[in-house]
Amino acid sequence: MFAFIVRRITQSIVVMLIIGFIGFAIKHEIGDPVRDIVGISVSVAERDALREQLGLNDPFLVQYGRFVYNALHGDLGYSFFFKKPTTEVILAKAPATLELVFVSALIIILVSIPTGIFAAIYPRNWFSRLTMGASIVGVSIPVFLTAILLIYLFSVELGWLPSYGRGQTVNIHGWHSGLLTKDGLIHLILPSIALSSIMLPLFIRLIRSEMMEILETEYIKFAWAKGLRRRRIWLLHAFKNTLLPVITVGGVQIGVMIAYTILTETVFQWQGMGFMFLEAVERSDTSLIVAYMVFVGALFVVVNTVVDIIYGLVNPTVRIVGSK
Amino acid sequence: MRKILSFAFAVIMIFGFSAAAGAQSTVLKVAMDADPVSLDPHVQLSGGMLQYSHMVFDPLVRWNQDMSFAPRLAFKWERVDALTMRFYLRRDVKFHSGNTLTAKDVQWTLERLKKSQDFKGLFEPFESAKIVNDYTIDLVTKKPYALLLNMATYIFPMDSQFYTGTDDNGQPKDAIVKIGPSFALTHESGTGPFIVTEREQGVKTVFERFGDYWDKNCPGNVYQMVLSPIKKDATRVAALLSGDVDFIMPVPPQDYERIKSHIGSQLVAMSGSRIITFQLNQKRRPEFQDPRVRQAIVYAINNRGIVKKIMKGVATTAAQQGPRGFDGFNAECVPRYDVAHAKKLMAEAGYENGFECTMIAPNNRYVNDEKISEAVVSMLAKINIKVNLKTMPKAQYWDEFDAQVADIQMIGWHPDTEDSANYSEFLVMCPNKETGYGQYNSGNYCNARVDELVLASQSETDLKKRSAMLQEVEKILYDDAAFVPLHWQNLSWAGKKGMDIKAIVNVQNFPYFADLVVK
Repeated sequence: MFAFIVRRITQSIVVMLIIGFIGFAIKHEIGDPVRDIVGISVSVAERDALREQLGLNDPFLVQYGRFVYNALHGDLGYSFFFKKPTTEVILAKAPATLELVFVSALIIILVSIPTGIFAAIYPRNWFSRLTMGASIVGVSIPVFLTAILLIYLFSVELGWLPSYGRGQTVNIHGWHSGLLTKDGLIHLILPSIALSSIMLPLFIRLIRSEMMEILETEYIKFAWAKGLRRRRIWLLHAFKNTLLPVITVGGVQIGVMIAYTILTETVFQWQGMGFMFLEAVERSDTSLIVAYMVFVGALFVVVNTVVDIIYGLVNPTVRIVGSK
Repeated sequence: MRKILSFAFAVIMIFGFSAAAGAQSTVLKVAMDADPVSLDPHVQLSGGMLQYSHMVFDPLVRWNQDMSFAPRLAFKWERVDALTMRFYLRRDVKFHSGNTLTAKDVQWTLERLKKSQDFKGLFEPFESAKIVNDYTIDLVTKKPYALLLNMATYIFPMDSQFYTGTDDNGQPKDAIVKIGPSFALTHESGTGPFIVTEREQGVKTVFERFGDYWDKNCPGNVYQMVLSPIKKDATRVAALLSGDVDFIMPVPPQDYERIKSHIGSQLVAMSGSRIITFQLNQKRRPEFQDPRVRQAIVYAINNRGIVKKIMKGVATTAAQQGPRGFDGFNAECVPRYDVAHAKKLMAEAGYENGFECTMIAPNNRYVNDEKISEAVVSMLAKINIKVNLKTMPKAQYWDEFDAQVADIQMIGWHPDTEDSANYSEFLVMCPNKETGYGQYNSGNYCNARVDELVLASQSETDLKKRSAMLQEVEKILYDDAAFVPLHWQNLSWAGKKGMDIKAIVNVQNFPYFADLVVK
């Protein structure tokens, strides 16, 4: 296990170096950060002086070298817009995104597992057919549309839920959490439903089809023949084996979900990393963009490592490479 | 008896407190598309920063709705000679730090403005500020300068004592720092109606009314103001309609009807001064050197139709640079749209078969910018000009614009000076790297007479004469079809019913929130 984790960390450093390089290579295409920090009537000479001062005129390799050197010292540069170190900005915004992803993942797990199992056991039941029909619709509506529809229904028309922002947060050692206050939780409802709406149909369908397949296998038939109780067959024998592909897909999809937070957060003015990233692209806050990419790259490596470990726990036949 | 008495006392206390609280505790929640980038008013020249300056600082004079000047920190001013204007300062003005405003602060602020990368261009005509006594100051310009008062609206005196010295990092407190920490970035001491009590950049800024504010006649009753940026148009409107915020700006045109028809909210709109134009590059295309071709293009573009169909009436059709109310506004210049005439002009110029050219436009800078440019492409196809359009986000647009990569380029302009000459200085004067004139003239239109008139207008202090000069400029540009005028974007604000929004807004788009009366 230890060797596995060490290997993963080494790999992640390589991944982040490559991401940093790619980010650096494209940052000139994103736009000129100097434009965004001066008024439009500022003269060309003034802008050039500022660009020189920021070191944006240096050759590509010099800039990249400086970036890597500073990055190894834990400094990912200064955000042009926030006028703070980028790591500080990202760490301040990360809790919002992580909480949103966490609650959405919780919704997906709590809804998709019972629904998927039910639909697999009773495929002809009206509820199963309804969910299957609805999931096709759900999977084809883009997330920002779902988000806006939710806002219009629940905030504007019914007036039940707030339309934007995180509400009241509690500061726990720098982690601003919305999970601990009533106001914060109310603010979480719509964004997390919107975000989970992309993955939920997929997981219901996945669990249903995997489960149906397994219910047809020999060992389940044998279990029936042994006269085991229904519940035991469904939940223990069948469902446990259904989980394997679900965990694999889930690991990949959590990454995708972090990407989708960009849209959800923008619609809800949710002050997380995704919203921050989109804003940074619009303002060509290039140092923040590169830092975000490196950070998300690291996050992906962590998530995948955790998924691999869980996979090994659920399925002992799979040995993690490197563990003896 | 004692019980009754204490009960009565309690009731009185409760009613008394709640009545007092009702009168005082009006909290206004405002959502804008962005929040101030810094607490330092000199760090960036932008609409958002000037809106912020009007909340936390106070200018010497400020604009009225009818484009006249209202006294603020200067209660009186008079011209001493051609170069000098004397301002008399109020004696009862306190800064948020408790210091008293004196002429020294004004002088200090002007010197700082001349150091600011963003403002130094605007304050170039100023020679110095001379202190006459503690409460009287002379602003001296290098040449006679017609826009001295316009510029005085940008002088928001800062607390020179508060900003003097060095901070914890050993950096001078008055340093103007674009990137990186600075004292002025996170601390403020102005004379304005509101104090910043809490600020989380990009999330919210909380303003509270300044107890020692000098303007005791200020009618407003907003005690606390919470400003949250909400970037997405639909979310901003939804926040107003659901009651999460009380006031929003700007209002997207597609939601005007929704807000108007919603019980409990109101919409206020006003014609603005940001002109949207296309420039025809004469250096890249010899065809555009022929005024008949340029005129044909203007005649071919139905800008009334664009305002009606694409802008949903939320803009004012333009045929010149400055809108009505500006000194240079020339009533003779009216929108012209006549495809038959455009075709005739093309034939006269020898281009009845047309030609092919390129166009670039931003897609997230101006209201409906992409749709407008698409409409223009199809309109030009009618006079056989085939246009290849490329649109891009504003982050990439301005570099392309400066490099003049296309034959036709879109640009919108709002004059920082609120004056007609400013449009010409940036958009149509002969491009000159040394003087900086024509910085955004990608059409490369160059007319010696226009340059001469605009330069002369700068030092003409007789406003009637000046107005005539600037009107002549507009006429020349109109006859020459120096650029393609489309429209002026309207400004809009929306809020809950029961607040007098009309009274606090203006064409500069600096709502005076301190004056807002909420019933």
